[in-house]
Parts: sequence; C-alpha cells; structure tokens
Amino acid sequence: MEEGTSLDQLRAGGRALVEELSAQGPMRRRLQDLGFVTGAQVSCLGNSPLGDPSAYSVRGAVVALRRRDARLVKVRPL
Amino acid sequence: MGNSIEPEGRTIALAGNPNVGKSTVFNALTGLRQHTGNWAGKTVTNAQGRCKFEGEEYRLMDLPGCVSLLSSTAEERAAREFLCSGEADSVIVVCDATCLERGLSLVLQVLEITPKAVVCVNLLDEAKRKGVWVDLEKLSGLLGVPVVGCAARSGKGLSRLMAAATEETEEREARYIPYPQPVEGALDRLQPLVSRWRTDVPARWLSLRLLEGEQPVPEEERGILEILEELWQEQSPQEFSDAIAGALADHARELARRTVTGLERGYSPRDRRLDRLFTGKWTAFPVMALLLLGILWLTMVGANVPSQLLSQGFSWVGAWLRELFALWSAPAWVTGVVLDGAYTTLSWVVAVMLPPMAIFFPLFTLLEDLGYLPRVAYNLDRCFQSCGACGKQALTTCMGFGCNAAGVVGCRIIDSPRERLIALLTNSFTPCNGRLPLLITMIALFFGAAGGGVEALFLAGLLLLSFAMTLAASRLLSQTLLRGMPSSFALELPPYRRPQVGKVLARSVLDRTLYVLGRAAAVAAPAGVVIWCLGNLTWNGVSLLTWCAGGLDPFARLLGLDGVILLAFLLALPANELVLPLLLMIYLSQGALVEMSDLSALGTLLGENGWTWVTALCVMVFSLFHWPCSTTCWTIWKETKSLGWTVFSCLLPTAFGMVLCFLIASAARVFGLG
Repeated sequence: MEEGTSLDQLRAGGRALVEELSAQGPMRRRLQDLGFVTGAQVSCLGNSPLGDPSAYSVRGAVVALRRRDARLVKVRPL
Repeated sequence: MGNSIEPEGRTIALAGNPNVGKSTVFNALTGLRQHTGNWAGKTVTNAQGRCKFEGEEYRLMDLPGCVSLLSSTAEERAAREFLCSGEADSVIVVCDATCLERGLSLVLQVLEITPKAVVCVNLLDEAKRKGVWVDLEKLSGLLGVPVVGCAARSGKGLSRLMAAATEETEEREARYIPYPQPVEGALDRLQPLVSRWRTDVPARWLSLRLLEGEQPVPEEERGILEILEELWQEQSPQEFSDAIAGALADHARELARRTVTGLERGYSPRDRRLDRLFTGKWTAFPVMALLLLGILWLTMVGANVPSQLLSQGFSWVGAWLRELFALWSAPAWVTGVVLDGAYTTLSWVVAVMLPPMAIFFPLFTLLEDLGYLPRVAYNLDRCFQSCGACGKQALTTCMGFGCNAAGVVGCRIIDSPRERLIALLTNSFTPCNGRLPLLITMIALFFGAAGGGVEALFLAGLLLLSFAMTLAASRLLSQTLLRGMPSSFALELPPYRRPQVGKVLARSVLDRTLYVLGRAAAVAAPAGVVIWCLGNLTWNGVSLLTWCAGGLDPFARLLGLDGVILLAFLLALPANELVLPLLLMIYLSQGALVEMSDLSALGTLLGENGWTWVTALCVMVFSLFHWPCSTTCWTIWKETKSLGWTVFSCLLPTAFGMVLCFLIASAARVFGLG
C-alpha cells in the first residue's frame, strides 16, 4: 500500500483518483462506462449495512461495487 | 427517401442512461402508461408507441436504458443494434440535467453512429431545485445537434422536443470526438477498407469497434485483418479500448465543465441524509422492517372496515336481486348459477381482495417511485452474494411482488446467464399480486382475533419465509445445477425523487388493482361454468368434481390440505387470483350454501368443510410455494427457450411447498394440534 492502493481500501468519505483498472473483459468495460477511467475522481460514500458492497460516487452518480470488484480499481488517495 | 409517404410513418428512437426519466418522456409523448420506476433497468425491452405531432404520425421506440453503447449487456446490445440498423429517422437521447456528464458520454457515442440526434436534457425542474444550471444553447453549439430542456413529469418542453426531433436532418454533419494520435492514426488506415466492406454501419464507428477487438472480421477481409494485426503489435486491443474509453470520458467531462454550473454533483445533501437512514449500519434493517410492517399493518387494518362495508353492501344487493328473480319466477337453476354461484363468489372476491390491494399497491409504488428499491438491493446484496447470486436479484424479487411474469422478464437486468437463471427460477417464490389477497384473507379469518398488529407481523413472517426460501433455493441451485462463482456487478443507486402521489394513486389503483381484480373476475366467470359442469356431470352417480377432489384427497391430506384445495390450486393455473373464488365455488357446488352476510360467513363455510388453522397455514405456505401461473410459465419458456428449465421452474417451488406443508401437517398430527 506504499504508493497506490485499490478502491476497496478507501474508507467512507475518502477521495481518490483512478490510476488504472486491473479488471479484464466485460467488467473492465463496465467500470469504464460507469466513469472509472484513468484520472477520474471517485469518493467512497460508505458500506452497505452488512459490510459489502460499498457505494462510490463517480461522475456525479452513485454506484455500488462488491469488494472483490472494487479491488480491481487501482487508485491514488487524495 | 424523401417524398414517398411511408405507411409506417417516421420512426423516432428514445435512448438514454437508465433512470433519467426516459419512460416518463415516452409515456408523455405517446399517452401510453408504460410502468416507470425509480431504478436502473426498468425498461428491458424495446417498447413501441405512436404519437401525433402537427398532424403527422410517428412511431416511437423506447430503447432500454444504457450507460454506454459499448458493453455487452443485453440492454446495451439491444439499443446498439437498433441504432446501427438505421431504422430510426431520428434519435432522442434523454439525459439527466442533474447528472449531465454521464448522459453526455452516451450522447457522444450515439453521435458516432448517427448525426440525426436530439439531446433532451430532462429533469430540469429537479436540477433547478438542486441549484444546477445547464447552458443548453452552448451545449447545442458544441455538439452540433439540437438540445432541448425538459421537465417530462410536468410535460414541459415536450412539444419543443418533438419539433426538434422531426426537423429535417439530411444536411447535418456528424461531429466526431477527436481521439489521441495512435487511435486516429489507426482509424485513418482502417476506415477506407471498412467503408468498402460494410456500408450499413458508419465506418468510423465500426473501425473503432474493430480496434478494440470486439467485432469479428470475416476471413475474406484479409486487408482489414492484416492492418489490425499490424496495429495490435504496437498496441493491444485493450490499450486501444482504454484510450477510446478515456477519450470519451474526458470529452464528456470537458463538455459538462463548459455547460453546467452550480452544484455539479448529482448527489445532494438530502440524498446523503436519506441514504444514511436507509442504508446506515444500524438503521438500514430496522427501517426496512418498520417500513414493511407499516405497509402490512396499514393494509390489514385499513382493509377491515371497507371489506365489511363492501360485503354488507353486496349482501343487501344480493337479497334485492333474489326478490327480483323470484318476481320474474326464474327457474331454480338460473337463480342457482347466477346468484348463488356467480354473484356470491364475485362479491366475495371483490369484498375480500379489493380493499387490501387498493392500499398495498399504492404504498408499494410510492416506495418504488422514491427510489428505495435499489437501496434494498444494496442492503441485501451480501445475502445474495453468499448464495452465489446477483444482488440485482433483490430487484427482480421486488418486482415479483407485483407480478411474477414481470419479475421473470426483469431478470434480464442480470448479466451473468447463470445468475439470471437462478433469479428466474426462484422468482415465483415471491407471492405476487394475485396471491397476497389470499394470504391476507386467510390471516384475517383464522388468525385475526389477535388484532391488526399481530396480523401484520404474521404476514411479515410469511414474506420473510418466502425470502428465506428464495435464498435457500438460490443457494441450492448455485451449489448443484448452476455451479459457479458470483460474477461482478455494479448497482446504481439513483437520486431519490419525490414520489408523485396523485399519479401513483391513479396508476396503482387503475393499472394494478383493477387489472388483477378484472383478471380474477373475468376468469372466475368461465371457471364457474366449468366448475358447474364438473359439479353436475356425473359418472356412476358421483359428480366429476367429487371424483377429482376425491382422487386428490388422500395425497392432499398428507400436505395438510384437502382434495378440493389442491384441485382449486390446479384449476387456478391461469391466474393465482382464482384460488379463493374456485375454492368457494367448489364448496358451494357441493351443496353447502351459505348466505352472504358478512366476512365471518366465509370462515363458517370453510369451517364447515373441515378447515382448521393448520389447514389455513398449509394453504398459505402452499400458495407461497407452488407452480407459477400459466402466464409466468409461458414467460419463463420465452426467456429460457428451454422446456426443461420451464418444467423445472414449476417443480422447484412445488417441491419446496410440498415438503414444508408435509412437515407442518405431520407436526400438527404428532402434537395433536388443529
């Protein structure tokens, strides 16, 4: 966790810039479509009551991602 | 083209992100009442409608909502294929003014396919409340296509939208997104060959898809294949794809930056507060439970008085009709069939079913309108995840409360085929419209002494049971027949919208309540004839009805039911609403004629036929878990294209129901209850 970290490590209220996606195939596309592209700013709004998934604000919309999917988004915390 | 008048009229397509009010625009333009709801993926098929504007008729196609045109989800493929087919004479792209950047990314993709587009910036009223202002003129200048502001829910801006959409577009030049050099360089090499290969799709658009490696190229197109191979040696398809997606996002962000002012983040402080309440760690489940209990309590308590009034009214009219029949000296069998059969049954159905439905559905629709359902999916996702299912199944389960057939169609929002099949097969575990009234009646008749609060708790318990069984069945499936890892998923949480109370009332009463009631009444009448025939045709001196019920009886007894109940469930295959009326008709045709005075008469009739609270409990459980109605079966067949899965979808809930009923009945026998 020295330099970059992944989206699932982001705490509620934390903001970060997307660095790259390690997701492949359709999920990569999906994430890009939703606004998770290099340089996009995301913030974590919180976790669902059972701990997973978490809600992220990206490009003015709110998207919930499961932890194992959020792990595929590499980010640099702000 | 041009001056020939086509009988079909011109076609206008409606595209847009999910949940931007596309269906509202569609309904406002066509006057149709396609169901709208505040969640992504409400429209999963292309809906069609007609609308008239300035004396001309147009065909309006409502495409499924999509975030982009590039992914492989069912909705996006459907939308993309329609746009590429060139069938649309113009395309209206609906955007959410409070969240314009996202919409613009789709607009840019549509413009790559066709310049014949109009941008509709919807929800301007909501944006205004949130302090967001969009410079429509500037946006139009930047995009090179008309941009019209709308507030579709109140009908504002719609005629301007139609005027823009019907404008002549032949002259319009497409304005392309400039891509970074490697992509543009590659396009320069590809495009000439591609435009010679296929003329039905825009060459630039198709070349981009080829670069991403998403589109297969036939072997004959050796030239294209060679160029692609060369290009891919320098940059992988994924790198091209990233560059394209990045450029699209950057361009959309830049456009939004230049045209939107004010609070740009669509998520307002109010939404955050509501989310903290609805999805907070400590509040989410209590609030969910309270909402559910509240709705059920209101339904049970609120339905009591009108039910009594209705049944009294019906009995008064019945007595009056009886006198009238006597006055005309009608034959006894006419009085029997019309009054004792049809009228009595129908009036019971209406008195028992109408009030709870008229309360439950508006309340449920209000929550739907508010945007609460996606939060339910968000809260419950973990449960589905641990069962190897998709969190969106919570949404299709909720749709199942309305109608299982709709829930089954709704399963298309789930991308993974494995998880879609799980959601599809377990949807009928959720009691639909047609089954809730039976549950409510049973509770009121056999467990009603304890008062409204306990009744609501009881019903909540049943719903919890149906949810638990949905999870159990999902888990069972994903560990046996449909083994696999849970796929990735992204669930959108839309902004909360103030529900339109008036419209909700009208819509849920007209569209849902009366529809269900109408279906029950319409099918109840012919079913009455069938039952009458079965009851009067005899073989060896015994009526066919008694034969059938008698044949089923030993088996039904094992399940805590009786032959008549099982027969009613079987005959109610066309519609679940029919179980209760069929039961009544069969019991009545067997001679136990009861004067309709009030609701307790219904209890008396059932009691005379040997019902105890154990019977009622088994009926409720069996009603939760048995074969889906014929409409749902048909829909499952259409969705799966497999007879095997359709049959399995009938067997699965039936097996659950039979096992549960058998356990309940056996326990009652062992402990000497009932």
